[in-house]
Amino acid sequence: MIEVIKPGALSLFQDHGRLGFQKLGVPAAGPMDANAHRLANLLVGNDPAVAALEITLLGPMLRFEQPTGFALAGADLSPRLNRKPLAMHRPHVAEPGDILDFGPPQRGCRAYFSVHGGFQLQPVLGSCSTYVKGNFGGLHGGALRAGDRIPILSPLASDPVRLEACREALWEVVVYLSAGLGPATRRSLRILRGPQWDLFEEEARRALLNESFEISSQSDRMGFRLSGPRLRLASDTQILSEATALGAIQVPQGGDPILLMADRQTMGGYPKIAYLAGVDLPLLAQCLPSERLRFTLITLEEAQELDLRREQAFSYLAESLAPIGDVFRSVAT
Amino acid sequence: MLPARMPFIEPEGDRCITVRYGGGLTEETVLRCLELAGRIERATLPGVLDVVPGFTTVSVHYDPRALAPSPYRVLAEALQAIIQSGAASMSFASRDIEVPVCYDAEHGFDLPFLAHACGLEREEFIALHLSAPLRVFALGFAPGLPYMGLHDERLSVPRRDIPRASVPGGSVAVANRQSVIYPDATPGGWHVIGAMPIPLFDPSRPPYAFLLPGDRVHFRRISPEEYEELKHESAR
Repeated sequence: MIEVIKPGALSLFQDHGRLGFQKLGVPAAGPMDANAHRLANLLVGNDPAVAALEITLLGPMLRFEQPTGFALAGADLSPRLNRKPLAMHRPHVAEPGDILDFGPPQRGCRAYFSVHGGFQLQPVLGSCSTYVKGNFGGLHGGALRAGDRIPILSPLASDPVRLEACREALWEVVVYLSAGLGPATRRSLRILRGPQWDLFEEEARRALLNESFEISSQSDRMGFRLSGPRLRLASDTQILSEATALGAIQVPQGGDPILLMADRQTMGGYPKIAYLAGVDLPLLAQCLPSERLRFTLITLEEAQELDLRREQAFSYLAESLAPIGDVFRSVAT
Repeated sequence: MLPARMPFIEPEGDRCITVRYGGGLTEETVLRCLELAGRIERATLPGVLDVVPGFTTVSVHYDPRALAPSPYRVLAEALQAIIQSGAASMSFASRDIEVPVCYDAEHGFDLPFLAHACGLEREEFIALHLSAPLRVFALGFAPGLPYMGLHDERLSVPRRDIPRASVPGGSVAVANRQSVIYPDATPGGWHVIGAMPIPLFDPSRPPYAFLLPGDRVHFRRISPEEYEELKHESAR
């Protein structure tokens, strides 16, 4: 069990997302930064689809009630264990009474907190992802609240000798994050042409590729609102609502684009000038309001090639981190 | 049986693919999309994560990892084969569902304005709204929210210029020859003409949504008393 002393600004359980129900209008949800989410799970020997806690900017204060294997990946929000700075991207062991909290955000926006074996949550429509607007998923349908108690599936044995041996064994594990897996920044995010690319005036397409766009403060898990040059259609065309996918850059009448993220609606009636390449979605998820974005056009083939290359890197990493799961399982209760 | 008509396939970013039928919004096209979506689901193609029918589209979300080395091309070819295998025939089993609507002044607060905008008396408007069964074209905007059409041409009004900040849950609203029902209180740009007492979405009970894509909807006029009764009943 983990007790929530302070909930943080927005702490949400997210697994790989709620798939198969978009035809009923149910958003896919899931982690904003799927890379960091996956990394957090690998660092504690979990399957990548297991739910982790997505922590946004101001982290919670949590008290462990049982020995627990855990890790943090993604944004550096100054994590501390018992007031001592704690390394990101490493497996750790907490003991009963230990307190995990966070300080000022250092880099990025969203961190992922995972525990070995996962949290004990009740899936809704096949997923443990929290969908706040629908009030379902996660622990109770919403963000963490003070006083919540989070059950965990695989606490470690309460045996000081074995826990110490576990710590030593974890110390031996080398975590090497190759480019594209760890935290990174890019000067320009890569995009692909969207289905309505040709409906926009030449000027709009040029602006998208040559100007910069500022992330507005009205950005959340549904989407990032961008402001910059207004993007106009060549003629006033209404399109019928159709499915939207993660990373769609849709443009409402006003001309300010919205980049659709994890909690996006399943369908939208605004033209989509472009799509963010999947490989760069995690970078955007770590951006803060008032940061400026630039875009570079690549082809679908290039985007899928980049995606598969990262996948290759992830599978090497998974292999090299496999001993972590064994170490934790050796101190199972 | 419907004549064969070939849609075209295009990328929707690098993890989704859209099958697109031309020719605008017709009931036939909607049913064609639903039927194709069903066939794609049943084919359980590798890498397919979610199949989402729209008004004139079917979008397929996929995991490129399962389709290496050329994910888009591999999936597009598989979809093309599915489209062709069923192009000659079309069967779609749909349900008939009665949907109670209370058109009283309290719930249907935009009705006087809207009837006037359509050049109709209030009762004429209601009669037209009730007259023909509608088809659920798609669910979207919120879990369980049905887009239903098409109404008589006389019910052709654009959406409100400025959406309302909040529309009550259960509101039945009209625009562009379609009706929607809002599952929960939400901002909304359609004209509210009544209310429907039955919850539209319950994530704990299959089939989760009261109305499903492809359903034939028959509106039934109810009194404010019956509205309250049904609401009370379905809350238990």
